[in-house]
Amino acid sequence: MNWKTFAALLARDAHVARRNYLALMLQTLLQPLLFVFVFGQVMIRGGMMAASYKGMLLPGIMAIAMIFTGIQAVAMPLIAEFQFTREIEDRLLAPIRMEWLAVEKILAGMLQALMAGGVVLPSAWLLLGSGVGLRLDRPLAFASVAVLVALFSASGGLTLGCTIGQTNIGLMFSLVLAPMIMFGCAYYPWSALSSFPVIQKVVLLNPLVYASEGLRGTLAPQYPHLPIVVVLLVLSAVDGLLIALGLNRFRRKAVS
Amino acid sequence: MGVPVRTEELRKIYYSPPPAAAAGFRGLRRRSASRNAKNVHVVALDGVSLEVEAGEIFGLLGPNGAGKSTTIGILTTRVCPTSGRAWIGAYDVWAEQVEAKRLIGVVQQRPNLDFSLTAREILLFHGAYYGLPSAERVRRCAALLERFQLSDRADELVRGFSGGMMQRLSIARAMMHDPEVLFLDEPSTGLDPQTRLLLWEIVREYNRGGKTILLTTHNMDEADELSHRIAIIDHGRVIALDTPAGLKASIPGGYLLRLRFNLPAPGISERLRALRGVTEVRVEGAGVDLYAGRGGSLIPEIVAVAAEAGADLCDVHISEPSLETLFLHHTGRSLRQ
Repeated sequence: MNWKTFAALLARDAHVARRNYLALMLQTLLQPLLFVFVFGQVMIRGGMMAASYKGMLLPGIMAIAMIFTGIQAVAMPLIAEFQFTREIEDRLLAPIRMEWLAVEKILAGMLQALMAGGVVLPSAWLLLGSGVGLRLDRPLAFASVAVLVALFSASGGLTLGCTIGQTNIGLMFSLVLAPMIMFGCAYYPWSALSSFPVIQKVVLLNPLVYASEGLRGTLAPQYPHLPIVVVLLVLSAVDGLLIALGLNRFRRKAVS
Repeated sequence: MGVPVRTEELRKIYYSPPPAAAAGFRGLRRRSASRNAKNVHVVALDGVSLEVEAGEIFGLLGPNGAGKSTTIGILTTRVCPTSGRAWIGAYDVWAEQVEAKRLIGVVQQRPNLDFSLTAREILLFHGAYYGLPSAERVRRCAALLERFQLSDRADELVRGFSGGMMQRLSIARAMMHDPEVLFLDEPSTGLDPQTRLLLWEIVREYNRGGKTILLTTHNMDEADELSHRIAIIDHGRVIALDTPAGLKASIPGGYLLRLRFNLPAPGISERLRALRGVTEVRVEGAGVDLYAGRGGSLIPEIVAVAAEAGADLCDVHISEPSLETLFLHHTGRSLRQ
């Protein structure tokens, strides 16, 4: 393993991200904050939602922000760099096994996802005002869930980025990400689906469910949530699967 | 020191549409390929064995789709061979990729620059990938930018560069880590004549430092001018390999006269073959390719022969000994076709 090369690859991605940090920041923050404002303020003050919805919503918003950021941070550049310009070629030729370049992308995506979570959580909290009621009783469990969620988003981004062509980016959002978010238990707890038994079973295939429920269970345990052990196990399994799949797709994309 | 490059019976068959850089294969229609990807079967390389000596400038000459880029792709870990092996120095390119990659610098056919970075950053990060110390990176970067006349635009994003500038920067980048073997795939594409001369000078200079250089081109002048030895590739096979002078000397007669008559005249080829100095005659309809030891002085005799056969000479083209005539001789096709 050639750490110098790995560090240089990571430095390159950090450099590019720093150059666009303002845009990245807005991209990460705007959507969740708008959502928090509408559902956490307008609807609650208008009397259409119970005030307790605030604490319910926040972990879900954080999960979506992390997953969106991680997937975008890895998938979008990869899709562009594997286009006919083959911008990635220079890095594929770097003296390191090319799989490490994919690992580096995952690591960079994870860091960005964690940063997104770290920015969205306090700002959404501020925007929601009083009565959110977060309880960080188990910081270690929270950290583990957050890392696994970040890893899920980045390895998912790798798999998508090496599978989808530039022309299908729109489809990726409308066919993959949109249903994933709506059925991701981000805006409601999984138990709220009990009146739709079939849907409740099917959404268990959606990894975002475990991300939302896991963050909810460790940030606001007073609300109903899936057991944290189940969340940790499923997320670890999904992460392992996506890393293997992503590396495989990456290899196939990198070498003709 | 220097590092040799060797390939042994390289074969590459694409079962899915080949990458754009290697496109242009005969018999591969984009439409049928995408509709029925399983049936794609393109033989890009058909047993290529080459031995490039350390410190040599070696040219791969051939038309588009001949297999040049695929050969370079395999030697640079970008294309996986269907069978056969390749070595950079002592390292098997496919078994010892990292060691092989450390020894090589690659200029691809199309500029594949990192569009998110400026010219200077591209060189600096490239140096960092190879573990060069920071001071050394800065020094080499400045020297290369100067050498390739890019200093004044060094801190701009390369997105806005012209094709020629991108090409120059690609070459500078490939030299940044001072590789022992430099691969140049169609290096002068998109360069104006002046920059082409600069490139040739830089390539020779780099070679004088003992470096091995492998370049592909479909430009005969370039192959002739730069290479110590040339392999002519067509349809995935090496059809001739020698020094430029040796290759030219192998053309029968040396001169090629391409003749066109007003009508196909039976028996004309025997009459032409009987002319003094003529070594080979190939007839195709009303056209005749004639290889001979002399050029213009043959014309009056050809006109006379044609008149005897009842035909008129309509068009004549005389080529002096060149790689173009050599290619034509071996394949019956022009390099530019």
